[in-house]
Amino acid sequence: MTRFFAWAAFLLGSLFFLLPLIGMTEFSLKARRGEYSFDAYMRVFEDQRFWDTFSYSLILAAATIVVGVFLVVPTAYWVRLKLPQARPVIEFITLLPLVIPAIVIVFGYIRLYNTSSFLPMTGSALGTDILLTMGYTTLALPYMYRSVDTGLRTIDVGTLTEAAQSLGAGWVTILARIILPNVMVAVLSGAFLTLAIVLGEFTMAALLNRPAFGPYMQLLGANRAYEPPALAVIAFAITWGCMGLMQLVTRLSKHERAKA
Amino acid sequence: MPEDPSAPRLRHKWRMPVEWLGIVPFLLFALLFLILPTMKIVVGAFQTPEGAFTLQNLADLNTDSIRSAYWTSIRLSLITALLGCAIGFAMAAAVVFGGLPKGIRSPLLTFSGVASNFAGVPLAFAFIATLGPVGLITVWLRTEFGINLRAMGFNLLSFNGLVITYLFFQIPLMILIIIPALDGLKREWREAAEVLGATGAQYWRMVALPILFPSLLGTFALLFANAFGAVATAFALTGPQLNIVPIKLFAQIRGDVLGNPNLGYALAFGMIVITALANFLYIWLRVRSERWLK
Amino acid sequence: MSFLTLTHLEKTFGQNRVVKDFSLSIAKGEFISLLGPSGCGKTTVLRMVAGFETPTSGGITIDGRDVTGLRANARNIGMMFQAYALFPNMTVADNVGFGLKVKGAPRAEREARVAEMLKLIGLSDLGGRFPFQLSGGQQQRVALARALAPRPSVLLLDEPLSALDAKVRVSLRNEIRQIQQELGITTIFVTHDQEEAMSISDRIVVMNGGVADQVGAPFDIYNRPRTRFVANFVGTLNTFDVQVTDPAQGRVTLAGQSLTLPDAPLASSVGQTLSVALRPEALRLGRLPDAEALLTARVTDVHFMGSVIRLKAEMAGALVSLDTFNRPDAPPPVVGSEVEVSLSGRDFIVLQG
Ligand SMILES: Nc1ncnc2c1ncn2[C@@H]1O[C@H](COP(=O)(O)OP(=O)(O)O)[C@@H](O)[C@H]1O
Ligand SMILES: [Mg+2]
Repeated sequence: MTRFFAWAAFLLGSLFFLLPLIGMTEFSLKARRGEYSFDAYMRVFEDQRFWDTFSYSLILAAATIVVGVFLVVPTAYWVRLKLPQARPVIEFITLLPLVIPAIVIVFGYIRLYNTSSFLPMTGSALGTDILLTMGYTTLALPYMYRSVDTGLRTIDVGTLTEAAQSLGAGWVTILARIILPNVMVAVLSGAFLTLAIVLGEFTMAALLNRPAFGPYMQLLGANRAYEPPALAVIAFAITWGCMGLMQLVTRLSKHERAKA
Repeated sequence: MPEDPSAPRLRHKWRMPVEWLGIVPFLLFALLFLILPTMKIVVGAFQTPEGAFTLQNLADLNTDSIRSAYWTSIRLSLITALLGCAIGFAMAAAVVFGGLPKGIRSPLLTFSGVASNFAGVPLAFAFIATLGPVGLITVWLRTEFGINLRAMGFNLLSFNGLVITYLFFQIPLMILIIIPALDGLKREWREAAEVLGATGAQYWRMVALPILFPSLLGTFALLFANAFGAVATAFALTGPQLNIVPIKLFAQIRGDVLGNPNLGYALAFGMIVITALANFLYIWLRVRSERWLK
Repeated sequence: MSFLTLTHLEKTFGQNRVVKDFSLSIAKGEFISLLGPSGCGKTTVLRMVAGFETPTSGGITIDGRDVTGLRANARNIGMMFQAYALFPNMTVADNVGFGLKVKGAPRAEREARVAEMLKLIGLSDLGGRFPFQLSGGQQQRVALARALAPRPSVLLLDEPLSALDAKVRVSLRNEIRQIQQELGITTIFVTHDQEEAMSISDRIVVMNGGVADQVGAPFDIYNRPRTRFVANFVGTLNTFDVQVTDPAQGRVTLAGQSLTLPDAPLASSVGQTLSVALRPEALRLGRLPDAEALLTARVTDVHFMGSVIRLKAEMAGALVSLDTFNRPDAPPPVVGSEVEVSLSGRDFIVLQG
């Protein structure tokens, strides 16, 4: 009886998730009348804007990951090592982006950093790109911080630091050579999640008027019929790839540890 | 002995700021890109364009259109959070307790990780291709069974359509968070309850659900905020016409459709107030329900 | 008249026969221990009695009623688990009252029973605490009170002391035994600790690989173990090879000395080698008048354990352990010294298998 309901819940749920995936795949293949074809995909890949916006988002994702790592790893390390009393404050801040909607944050950016403000970041393309990167960093902050902090919990930060200091290592050396390699798995899994978030992000990029992948997809959706589902399939594959890589690094590291 | 009590106090005063220096970059970042922008909105909501204090912006929110936008947004977030929690819970419980093959669990978790991040524009495309006017299911139902969804009142580009679409990321998020919580339920608790004469329902009502309550509540608050702030899915699905707060704010930021820049602040301030309220409610209930935790 | 009977119980998990032809009959009010190494099937037997596992074959009756197919919540059984099975979201009082509450007992009756139970375990003041505010020993006492509150007909305990530290373990096991005798409740206690089992049980079932090797009172199990496994599991053993000289009289020789074994006549022929064993306390230090034989031994190790001193020594070509009581006026022998050891044939255990 229990098992019947369990199967029913699981299968009905799975159906709900599979149907849209089947729907978008099937639709994306129907660009040619009367037969399945990859025409929609061809047209997407032939579109220069696809590549431009995709690489733009990719670069921003890379920048976001770099900023995030430089921001989060030293902070999480320092809080564990010297400032446990700051933990509630830091945790509160890292959870804020889950509570304050992204659209509100970017609205604040636009008004705070406009051309007539003390930091006129939206005045230039580069400035706006930097602002967008910072926005993405805030969006990724909850996941990045959690991931790294959990990674740090599994190693003995205090002992490692003392050992390194007794060998004459400075702070930069300790962070780069001792701490970072030890939380690499956490950093990488945070990085892949960040990649997935940034590649699909729409609101911030659209409101800051930057040529990112999210606004491009939206624009295409408003004007075309078969390319949008093809894009959805591509986006789904990218998300899946990011999550797959996340699992892969976790699994590989477990394997390594088991061998060691 | 006279210098003894003062010495540690001096050192104490000195050491604190030095160690706090280590997190200054982080605090600076949070200040510049999280706190100040939010404060700007909050302050702006209480200012006239000239910078004087006013409550007029908040009062101006009280129009039919804006009230209904808030109401729709709150309903949408509540319903998708409730359904997301309920369905996600059912699926997680099925996998953890239902005697399904062990091999199902890991793919479900991976898939949930993907689906909870597969939001925004492409998600809207997927649902248009499936339940839209010429979508897979719509067409299939019409040609095979003569069921016309549209004639029956279903429209993907409506409130109900939005609910169904949002569930695609709400349910997996619930699954991701609740499976570890279900794993935390000890077998001994269930067996102790059973051997003491409790039925399965009694065990769930008196033991398991109270223990899970904080997790359930936290996830509910998260799902609520998640739906309440979502722009991309709704925008890609229905364009700028659907009357929910984030879409309205989006249009306002782009083109001042309300004809009053500071009314935009008030609109955004309202969003912050509602998600903050939801989270304070969560924290308050959690503190109350967790007296039994350290 | 037996109160709880297990007849030909079998339990198979996949290919794995975990409990094999297990039969046991327990009298009302009896305290039975299931003793055996980890993985031998003790918990599985207990879980079949509780109703968490269905026997592959065989039957269980309680007080004449066949409960084999009954669900756990219909058997009226009390059970205590290894650790941390208290409901963390309920106070001590609510935990203890849980069984009565789910049965729909009126509030007044419930509160009276909870108070009575808390008094029984000596925690009357802690009714309002949550489990995390209690020590491990207190938690297990509350678990006992919770199991007993609905007046079960049988009490099952699955290694309830193994997560506690040594001192608490000893005091709590005595408390459990005392409460059990006070209430006269039929009890099955699972443990892998032979000292624990022997100190509190009426009878012990020694299990090995899913089979009950021997059932008996602690005294018999210890002094008359039927198999080498049982003999080894319930205590330390010194084993020797002896030569049979007179099978009919049970006479054998060990290192040139003649001894008479208890289980005579031996089913063996003259000159045959036999494997026999002695408990450490049957090797007695010094020249004793009632001893049959006297051997010399060289001390290799001395462990002073308080009331008992355990010596390791070389004797008759074997390394042996021997226990002697502490005496304030006689310090123990030093390592390397030669001592005389008295032994008697009646103390020998003849090992089969
Ligand atoms: N649910 C189960 N499924 C498969 N094997 C089990 C299960 N429960 C117990 N076993 C196996 O049965 C054997 C006996 O287990 P158990 O009764 O727990 O032993 P004990 O309590 O004596 O340590 C073990 O080898 C264990 O692995
Ligand atoms: Mg066991």
